[in-house]
Amino acid sequence: MKNFFAELINDRFMIAAVLLFGLGFMNLLLQKNLIKKIIGFNVMDSSIFLFLASQGYINGRIAPIITNGVFDAEVYINPIPSGLVLTGIVVSVSVTAFFLALTVRLYGIYKTVDFDEIMLLINKEAE
Amino acid sequence: MLPYYYNIPAISILLCMISGISIPLLSSGRRAYRLTLFVSAVVTLLSALLMYKVIPLNEYFTYMMGHFPAPWGNELSAGPLEAMMGFIFGLVMFLSLLGGSMTLFHDILPGKQKFYFTMMNMLMAALLAMTYTNDLFTGYVFIEISTIAACAIVVARDTPKTIGSTIRYLAISLLGSGLFLIGVVLLYCITGHLLMPNIQTQVLRLVSTGLYTVPLTVVAGLLFAGIAIKSALFPFGAWLPMAHGGATTASSAVLSGLVLKGYIVMLIKIFYRVFTIDVIRDLNVTNIMFACGLAGMIYGSIEAFREEHIKRMLAHSSMAQIGYIFMGIGLDVNLGVAAAFLQIMVHAFVKPLLFLCAGRLSEVYDHEKSSYRLRGSAHKDPIAGIGFTIGAMSMVGIPLLGGFAAKFYLVTSAMMNPSKLWPALITLMISAVMNALYYMPEVIAIWTRCELCTPNPVDPNPGFDYISAPVLSAGVLFLGLNGYSMIQVIQRGLALL
Repeated sequence: MKNFFAELINDRFMIAAVLLFGLGFMNLLLQKNLIKKIIGFNVMDSSIFLFLASQGYINGRIAPIITNGVFDAEVYINPIPSGLVLTGIVVSVSVTAFFLALTVRLYGIYKTVDFDEIMLLINKEAE
Repeated sequence: MLPYYYNIPAISILLCMISGISIPLLSSGRRAYRLTLFVSAVVTLLSALLMYKVIPLNEYFTYMMGHFPAPWGNELSAGPLEAMMGFIFGLVMFLSLLGGSMTLFHDILPGKQKFYFTMMNMLMAALLAMTYTNDLFTGYVFIEISTIAACAIVVARDTPKTIGSTIRYLAISLLGSGLFLIGVVLLYCITGHLLMPNIQTQVLRLVSTGLYTVPLTVVAGLLFAGIAIKSALFPFGAWLPMAHGGATTASSAVLSGLVLKGYIVMLIKIFYRVFTIDVIRDLNVTNIMFACGLAGMIYGSIEAFREEHIKRMLAHSSMAQIGYIFMGIGLDVNLGVAAAFLQIMVHAFVKPLLFLCAGRLSEVYDHEKSSYRLRGSAHKDPIAGIGFTIGAMSMVGIPLLGGFAAKFYLVTSAMMNPSKLWPALITLMISAVMNALYYMPEVIAIWTRCELCTPNPVDPNPGFDYISAPVLSAGVLFLGLNGYSMIQVIQRGLALL
């Protein structure tokens, strides 16, 4: 039991990341409110970044910026996941901006952010 | 010194990106259109040169971007398959834009036309990068670029309906990207690498020791699910007909003909270069692909049969055709994957041909999309009528056309795996009959003279009449007549992956 809790604490970032991924995924899939959908997408992506950052972090080591002329890799954390997170954030921000732009356009026309209601109005117009 | 043709993949991608970024500086949509056509033509010619070099030598090479080795640098890899896909992407993009130009300038507001071509260029860059990349994370980044670009070309008409369908497409697509990304991240955590050959070395080590079998299965499943959502495989394809329904003709042609295929090509590359196809088969991922493929073939065909709107009917038919591709991969024989690849190529020619011709035929009756009301339209625009007929015949599987060759090799490969023979054969038969049931009435309708109808005079489009329709039809015929040679080249290409 003690080991189980020790493992839980050790993997806390991963557990939090997986829970947040599920939460974000379900919100992106099921939310009717477009703004909440976008928030769900951001939670989902951020959880992956948390997961990645926690994998790159090594206890007791410092940020991968050469300090005091020390070139030994053993001193620093793994910089690759941080680079990936940075790229991922750029992608995520771009997609969020695009998604928000589309939402603003629809809100301008129908004065609502409820996607089901919007689709109902669109279909009614088509008839 | 590197042989000069090793630079072609990087040059093709960079050319599209630079052209996409510089288009907003141009003064009009017409100029942006010409530049995009020029870039597509150059990519086609460069890819043809790459094919000419690598296919006879059966050569596969990796190209280090900026000469930085991993993990700092990034790599591209290319061989016969990548070169052929680059050629098809360039050519079909060129023909789709040329053939759909009239409706394109009619549908999209003048102020937004050049941004449409920016997106087309970025889409082309993303498709090429997904095909050529040797790095999983780069693959993810370009998947997202292609998502934004594909959504942007759908929404370009800027009507409430297209915005609504784009939001649905974007939301579903992002679910796919999320699953793909977490798959890549998990794989990185397990293996410590992002370059495909390095991951493969570690994966094979893990498989030989029996360690991490469950996480590897989960990763393969996540990557497959992510790509399946994005490539509209059953049961994830509900967004496709909606996106097609409102999009301009060129967008529909590119979306159905190229974008969906780009993801699948990348998935095949991942299966071969990251996991190896034997490991994927051992992990039973192919069984799920097979089941989803079969269900997609039936569901897509039934929905297409029920649909009255011609573009949505073609979109449902695309879902069925995507089912054929996944069924081929899921057959667990190497010829099946080759047949799936041939199906990708055939569909990349046939579907844009059908969309472009349907677009032209609908112009005869004031952009009418209802199948019933397109009666007699082929008499007003015979080239579009002939093109539609060739495309429909290929879809049904008439011999000498590409669709027949693809179906023939799918059946042949099904016969090599007795455990999946009967489900595959029965579903192929049902789907082929359904194809005939919804395509042939359409062909008969467009060729049946309608005395009471009042057709519009159709503006001539020499690009469509003399280049797009004939070249796409010739492509369908070429693949049909050279099915055996194509399968040989594809099989050699797959062996090099």
